[in-house]
Amino acid sequence: MNIHEYQGKDILKRYGVRIQEGIVAESPEKAVEAAKQIMAQSGSKYVVVKSQIHAGGRGKGRIRGMEQRGVAVAKSVDEVRDIAKNLIGNVLVTHQTGPEGKKVNKVLVAQDVFYPGASEPKEMYISILLDRSKACNVIMASTEGGMDIEEVAASTPEKIVKEWIDPAVGLQPFQARKIAFGLGLEGEAFKEMVKFVTALYKAYVDTDASMFEINPVLKTSDNKILAVDAKVNLDDNALYRHPDLANLRDITEEDPLEVEASANDLNYVKLDGNVGCMVNGAGLAMATMDIIKLSGGEPANFLDVGGGANAKTVEAGFRIILKDPNVKAILINIFGGIVRCDRVATGVVEAYKAIGDIPVPIIVRLQGTNAAEGAKIIDESGLKVQSAVELKEAAEKVRNVVQEMGL
Amino acid sequence: MSVLVNKDSKVIVQGFTGSEGSFHAQQMIEYGTNVVGGVTPGKGGQTHLDRPVFNTVQQAVDEAGADVSIIFVPPAFAADAIMEAADAGIKVIICITEGIPTEDMVAVKNYIADKEVRLIGPNCPGVMTAEECKVGIMPGFIFKKGTVGIVSKSGTLTYEAVDQLTKAGLGQSTAIGIGGDPIIGTTTKEAVELLMNDPETEAIVMIGEIGGGMEAEAARWIKADGNRKPVVGFIAGQTAPKGRRMGHAGAIVGGADDTAAAKMAIMRECGIHVVESPALIGDTMLKALGK
Repeated sequence: MNIHEYQGKDILKRYGVRIQEGIVAESPEKAVEAAKQIMAQSGSKYVVVKSQIHAGGRGKGRIRGMEQRGVAVAKSVDEVRDIAKNLIGNVLVTHQTGPEGKKVNKVLVAQDVFYPGASEPKEMYISILLDRSKACNVIMASTEGGMDIEEVAASTPEKIVKEWIDPAVGLQPFQARKIAFGLGLEGEAFKEMVKFVTALYKAYVDTDASMFEINPVLKTSDNKILAVDAKVNLDDNALYRHPDLANLRDITEEDPLEVEASANDLNYVKLDGNVGCMVNGAGLAMATMDIIKLSGGEPANFLDVGGGANAKTVEAGFRIILKDPNVKAILINIFGGIVRCDRVATGVVEAYKAIGDIPVPIIVRLQGTNAAEGAKIIDESGLKVQSAVELKEAAEKVRNVVQEMGL
Repeated sequence: MSVLVNKDSKVIVQGFTGSEGSFHAQQMIEYGTNVVGGVTPGKGGQTHLDRPVFNTVQQAVDEAGADVSIIFVPPAFAADAIMEAADAGIKVIICITEGIPTEDMVAVKNYIADKEVRLIGPNCPGVMTAEECKVGIMPGFIFKKGTVGIVSKSGTLTYEAVDQLTKAGLGQSTAIGIGGDPIIGTTTKEAVELLMNDPETEAIVMIGEIGGGMEAEAARWIKADGNRKPVVGFIAGQTAPKGRRMGHAGAIVGGADDTAAAKMAIMRECGIHVVESPALIGDTMLKALGK
């Protein structure tokens, strides 16, 4: 599960990780109030107004139809109001949102942390994630703050410091020191970084996170280390033991069809294509999308109905797929192992009748237990549904439909 | 021969008396698997499906001689169940449970690292040695005894492959469902290696999906090992977008290396017969075997 920057920073702060302080606001007026408070606390007349959306690249991204960037420095309360007006309620387009962008509902009004002082501020990068091949967590740090880590890894891999954490004993002090030295820090900033990394790792483990990316981590001009941004992903499988964190879900950030599907216990991901699909099992569902593409269509979605595949789940699946106006045909692909194909076929027919007239061609491929009986039920239903048994046959029928409809 | 499980395996079911455990234990017994009992803490001494229920895995090992365990317990308790089985000396642990927190699996992997145990899964359909022993949830009727081994991250896609093989006249030795989670007990390469060294297996189907580097690792091993047996490979998710989780917890494209296209390219370079369409697994295996 993704959460917003301000939510991620709240978590970090609870664990003693120093952050760029800020107050979240849902209107320009609230943003102004927040700015006054932040200015009073920091003693600076500058604040940063940051769009809160579940996508990166906000600083470089622009509000659609405006010059306004997704993150902007304000030098006065009036500027805060103007920027917040530009951001809130409008659509921010970044390299991660795609051209459709994401609507900004909230902004974070944050303290200016690049204040002048005894030393130069310095931006760095720290992330924590799972190393799948080593089956343990890894902390990655780089002196190249503000840059995309994949770019750094490709061009100057020597600038990345990595520490793998032994699950039996957790992060050790020497590892935190290696990271701080590796980032070229000394004196007070070094000590601060050791504390920062230690607290950050504790937060990661305690919250069952699947990714922390702090980019940039800032050494301020007075040698404090703080998180200026926080990208936090949490492990969906572990949310049951963190009800407080599960509440951080923001469904306005998700596709409405995906929200509806998850409410129906369906695993659905919306895509941009024209052929919808409904499948049992995640691997077969991905493979079915691939078959649609190989047959000349474009998959409109990923949809795994799981082991149940009965009239109720099939109907819920139909309704969700049909709400996508781009869908011009649907392929149902069920391999009946434990579930019997004749039951699934009856479910498809019932669901079809419950919905009424479905305006797009449907191909139902049922294979496995009682496959022939399933096909017979589909063929004799009188509905505009084509049946298939072999996967090759289903692929051919998709190809024919795609060609006939000129998709 | 075959690998991991056979007619001599003494299987226990952890989560025996639950609805999933009961249903699939019954199916396994009907297939001919030697299920010697089950474990449900607090129900020890009872009888379920005409077999003894034990309080602990240790009792099942001591009293029923269990050497294989299949786990159906809910995600919150599954890591504990795996570690209990490993501690009791079970040699092959097969965990079907989907939805185990990743941190729990990190702990499990670490716990079993220096023990003589093989973990399959979690989030997998289990292991099937055709016409001998089913330890999992795969539909038995699609299998036919033969010489093609299967390694797969996915459930229904494995059934698809098996069904195509059977219809092409190619029976199977052992099908290993390794699971779709980011951390699993047995990797693609390890499962392929088992089949490569199994005298009964003549050819291998290797089915992967987006995310992680296990298929590339397996492909490189196959090549380094001298391509001793023909391997037909498929990677699901050629059309999956970057950064979106496609059902399985581990099925997510992170960078340039874990896309379906990247994995398929490496597999081809390593001499694997890669199919773009999952509908062609059976036909391609026939060709690879020169039949």
